[in-house]
Amino acid sequence: MSSTPLFRNATEPVWCDGCGDFHVLDGLCAALEGMGREPRNVALVSGIGCSSRLPGYMESHGFNSIHGRALPIASGLKLARPELTVIVTAGDGDIFSIGATHLVHTVRRNPAITLFVMDNGVYGLTKGQQSPTTPPGTQMRTAAQPVGDASVDPLSLMLSLGCGFVAQAYAADQPAMQQLMQQAIEYPGFSFVNILSPCPVFRGGMGIYKELRRSISRIDDSGHDPADLAAAHALLASAEAPLAGILFRRDLP
Amino acid sequence: MQKVIVGNHAVSWGVKLARTEVIPAYPITPQTQIVEELSEMCASGELPARFIKVESEHSAMASAVGASAAGARAFTATSSQGLALMHEMLHWAAAARHPIVMADVNRALGPGWNIWTDQTDSLSQRDTGWLQLYCENNQEVLDTTIIAFRLAEALDLPVMLVLDAFYLSHTSEPVDIPDQALVDSFLPKREAHYKLDINEPHAFNALVKPDDYMEMRWHMHDAQRRALELYPQIESEWLALTGRYYGMIEPYRTDDAETVLITTGTVTSTARYVIDERRSRGEKVGLVKIKMFRPFPVEAMRAALKGIPRIAVIDRNISPGNGGIFAQELRSALYGSDSDAAPQFNGYIVGLGGRNVTPDTINGIIDHVQSGETVDRPDIWVGVKA
Repeated sequence: MSSTPLFRNATEPVWCDGCGDFHVLDGLCAALEGMGREPRNVALVSGIGCSSRLPGYMESHGFNSIHGRALPIASGLKLARPELTVIVTAGDGDIFSIGATHLVHTVRRNPAITLFVMDNGVYGLTKGQQSPTTPPGTQMRTAAQPVGDASVDPLSLMLSLGCGFVAQAYAADQPAMQQLMQQAIEYPGFSFVNILSPCPVFRGGMGIYKELRRSISRIDDSGHDPADLAAAHALLASAEAPLAGILFRRDLP
Repeated sequence: MQKVIVGNHAVSWGVKLARTEVIPAYPITPQTQIVEELSEMCASGELPARFIKVESEHSAMASAVGASAAGARAFTATSSQGLALMHEMLHWAAAARHPIVMADVNRALGPGWNIWTDQTDSLSQRDTGWLQLYCENNQEVLDTTIIAFRLAEALDLPVMLVLDAFYLSHTSEPVDIPDQALVDSFLPKREAHYKLDINEPHAFNALVKPDDYMEMRWHMHDAQRRALELYPQIESEWLALTGRYYGMIEPYRTDDAETVLITTGTVTSTARYVIDERRSRGEKVGLVKIKMFRPFPVEAMRAALKGIPRIAVIDRNISPGNGGIFAQELRSALYGSDSDAAPQFNGYIVGLGGRNVTPDTINGIIDHVQSGETVDRPDIWVGVKA
């Protein structure tokens, strides 16, 4: 493990072997240290789920909050202590399901908070139910029939809500993920990075890493202008593989 | 048919045998197995119910309310934070008189985060208007699930059946699964007294002014009180069919007892073991198990405890600032009932957040109450580290 000692504490994560969240933890520690931030100036707020264990493994201030409620708690924290770097680390079940209404209104208010969603497309902590980002047709271990509900597309949703910084990263691509994390944290408003963080135990097995590495399409390579909202929508609509990079970035005054 | 099943699956079997029609669900530990098993039963066609996985517990109860308003038999299950999130809809389900049945697997509330058993989640829903039935073993869980639908639909009130996390939810026990025909004879298809019906249109839940609101609450309260008469009748029918009877309360070896424990849930089984052991040494000890918390069986408790000189209430829950919740309810129920001989009455707080309650714990409580030591506070915390 290449954990950076400055931000990583001594607690051993309870995540399963092969969990993408190990990469997110390592990447976030490295990104923050690389930016010259200090643990005492960073506050991490999470909800409930496997991903929401993350603040417990870092030296910074941590708040393992209630299922779905990380964003309003982080908003209050940022209001009281605007000088802190406030980061929300949550899962897809947390943010796009039980806490989805908070997403809408946090984007509207545009606080200088960064949201990293560790998107594995499954409720892992409760052992493998379909989540809002599980693609239709997926056969979950906990269901007799494949998923029938439509899934939420996090990038499309955030563009539609009017979020000023919308990006996607792949957890196992450390350099690219760390760079995106730093850009998101430096963004002066509400920033969002959807991190594809596989759950090989409940969705896709270890093969999911190879599949993602092969299939991911880097936005940088496409000549896309992240300032162009219409182009972002178009790129997303035409994408045949998961995108990685900054999809949209609106410069704020 | 006998099956060895965990408490969670005993609930699922009860829900299946009750021919439940709509099941909205959201996963939460340690309840998830209940709805998982039901989802399997629905998918295989064994249970021809509509199953919907919703986006939160609040929505689970809201969907149950919608289904019930259309006349369907509806069920959901939850625990702890999930139950707390439902709070608004719990009031709604009861006041709109929906006979929904829900299983709550007792789990401690955060923070600190904890998934183990503790009754504070269900007991803090005391004033929502739901009936509450606490279970001791997996057979009782299955039977109570079926009985709960019958009771709910007779009163037009929702019923919560409650079981301990892990000690029951994840523990396997042999359970007698009644035949479908037997259950059908006990629990016919729901005939909703009021429902959304296109042939007879109604609008529900309009603004109610001070002129009428109080009467609505009186009717709800009156229906709760009627459960005190109705429940034993319904259970007697179940007894005739299955040979099993639990009662709103169950006195155990209290006949000549001088010390009586008050217990709920799985702590009761541990306490029975302790009582038997001490009885074999000639000690006059017994217990009263409380199964029904709402409505609170005041008269039954007064009768069961008449003349008992020492009472020790064991609470696996806490109302901060006022002590154990069963102790408060019971103290209030007994006030003035036997003014010539007020008993020594001690309340003990044990096992919060799933801390084990062993025979040693219960022996310690009996020793303490028998020592006659007076305490200057209403609650005694057992085994709290300094």
